[in-house]
Amino acid sequence: MKTTLTAYSVVQHPLHFDLCEIDRKLILGMILVGFGSLALGVFLGLLQAFNYAGVGLYQFFPGLKSYYHGLTLHGVLNGFVFPFAASNGFLSLTTIRGLGLRMPPFLLFLSLFSLIVGTGLSFYGILFGNSAVLYTFYVPMRAHWSFYVGIAFLVISTWAISLAQLVTLRKWKKEHPTDRIPLLAYASILTYIMWDISSIGAAVEDLFLLLPWSLNLLPGSDATLTRTLFWFTGHPIVYFWLLPVYVSWYFCLPAQVGAKLYSDLMVRSVFVAFLILVPVGFHHQYADPGIGLFYKWAAAVLTFGIAFPSLVTAFSVVYSLEMGGLSRGGKGIFGWVKQLPWKDPSVCAQILAGLAFLPGGMTGIMHASVNMDLLLHNTSFLPGHFHLTVGAAVALSLVGIAYWLVPYLTGKKLWGRSVARWQPWIYFFGVLIFSSGQMSGGVLGMPRRTALALIPYEPLAGWKISGTLTAIGGSLMFLSFLIFFFVMIMTILFGLKERQADMPIAQLIHGPSLKGSQLIFDKISYWVLLCFALIALLYGPFLITHLPPKLICQPFQGF
Amino acid sequence: MDKLERIYLWIATVMLGIFMMAIIYSTLVLSIRIPSDKGKIIVKPGESLVQSVFQTPPFDHPGLYKRGEKEYELVIVGQAWAFNPADIEIPLNSTVRIKATSLDLQHGFYIASTPVNIMLIPGEITVFEYKFKKAGSYRIICNEYCGMLHHAMTGTITVK
Ligand SMILES: [Cu+2]
Repeated sequence: MKTTLTAYSVVQHPLHFDLCEIDRKLILGMILVGFGSLALGVFLGLLQAFNYAGVGLYQFFPGLKSYYHGLTLHGVLNGFVFPFAASNGFLSLTTIRGLGLRMPPFLLFLSLFSLIVGTGLSFYGILFGNSAVLYTFYVPMRAHWSFYVGIAFLVISTWAISLAQLVTLRKWKKEHPTDRIPLLAYASILTYIMWDISSIGAAVEDLFLLLPWSLNLLPGSDATLTRTLFWFTGHPIVYFWLLPVYVSWYFCLPAQVGAKLYSDLMVRSVFVAFLILVPVGFHHQYADPGIGLFYKWAAAVLTFGIAFPSLVTAFSVVYSLEMGGLSRGGKGIFGWVKQLPWKDPSVCAQILAGLAFLPGGMTGIMHASVNMDLLLHNTSFLPGHFHLTVGAAVALSLVGIAYWLVPYLTGKKLWGRSVARWQPWIYFFGVLIFSSGQMSGGVLGMPRRTALALIPYEPLAGWKISGTLTAIGGSLMFLSFLIFFFVMIMTILFGLKERQADMPIAQLIHGPSLKGSQLIFDKISYWVLLCFALIALLYGPFLITHLPPKLICQPFQGF
Repeated sequence: MDKLERIYLWIATVMLGIFMMAIIYSTLVLSIRIPSDKGKIIVKPGESLVQSVFQTPPFDHPGLYKRGEKEYELVIVGQAWAFNPADIEIPLNSTVRIKATSLDLQHGFYIASTPVNIMLIPGEITVFEYKFKKAGSYRIICNEYCGMLHHAMTGTITVK
């Protein structure tokens, strides 16, 4: 049996692991910055939910200046800082655990440092530099330079982790020239390589077009080019939010319910698929002039393709859950569902997050459906959709991960387990009500990103009900976060000392093959080349016809 | 691969294939088209975008123009924070070819609860066709964020 355990393990050392004290502190720092930002971010979210019900609360918070300043902060904190910080921390841990090697502490430190500087600068830029440009920072709306520098630092914090992973992988390969890369590390590293490539678009936009422009070094900017560069990154950033959660669903959740992970080949193909299918950003530009139909239709086809790795993931995760439920004594076709450890807030949060992903994915396909998008584009249907994906599948899963990760990193027992077990349910029903409000409103023409409490015309038929649902759902989501943050603070301050043995890691049923065609999965550079080829095919013609940039847009500050 | 998984993936493939066919059908047969690359505003050296827009026909004269039997052209210029023109009357059952651009920022030109939901981007010309088959009053909404009074950027279309 001993050989089976080694062969089918997803990590280098299945039985032995010690997290170095310095690494532990750095990773904990990242997680705390992430959830700290989330705390402020969800408060701003609550104010926005009330705005949809026609209730403006911004006058009570003069520091926020306006709805749009609050919205910019909400997007930057919840869309950049929180997921970046959580991924940096969680996937550093999984890489260290997977390879059984330390990552260079200097790079971990650099990552944490950039994260804090980046958060501080973008916060300053938004509230004190008057940069209400939203998290998409479309040209010619111009932000203060500190905003663009802040965003750059946030991205650098992720690149530092990627570099640390690659350095560590290289070292591991030297020691194990003929072994397959341990699956947990493989998934963690591919997530970051995918993001490295994806982030090039917005990084080029930010550093070479926007920052010099905000310092008056360029005469103007190019709206279509910057928009395209932003969405080159702006779609796969979604994968970067999602894949750390997939790592948890594949590797941790099965272990938490007492089951195994289905197959090595499946996991590797899913992460490779996400890596290759980076260039689909044009599907955010269906309604744009200046972008030819070739780009839009190609993006549509590839976007449909990206549904597959998620469908495979759903299969694998449900398989593991069923196995776990059956092993705990579940009977019949659905009896296993009841037997799952619902009382464990970490498990409960992740399963409910997965359930919310179902309508999230379906509405995503609706948005991806070229001309159907015309009915939904920039209406509140879109925030309805992405609060089910990033706002529920991702955020609620990260909350679930925190329920074991924070105790693991602090050496404290989770406080208030009996309270925490209800938190995921409140969030789950909250987000469903919120999204049904946003979506029904969207179909009736309710615009997104709009201070609806201040519109100079009568709300259209149905908007009031939709807005009220949005506010009720948003309040429930906020309430559940209050419970979560209370539990976390109490755990950190008053949790009983307890040293956890190891993070939850599932074993594999179908292990990796040590020879034959499957070895190609570990040749990561091949997949990177394939991805660049696809990028050249989709973005090459656009860049050739569009460069050099037409810097015709004069800066505009409408505040 | 497991047999169950193979069946599952086949169902998924067929389903997504049907969706894709439906989109292609609605585009080719029902002619529900999306905007695409239909020309740009050329900004000459020394000129500002605002000047160039007003010198580029048809944007030198925004408004509704009759182009044939039941055929109209609607020329729209978006700017912070108004549409020009903002209140438009259109005869019932006429096909309207919308030509629109922006003077300054990115705006949205959305006629609530219709597929007329297009982006106005500085330097780009948006072209879109729609037939108004139902009488009534429609609300135009800018649904792309454009600054502090974005929510006040609105207009009406009356079809009769
Ligand atoms: Cu506008």
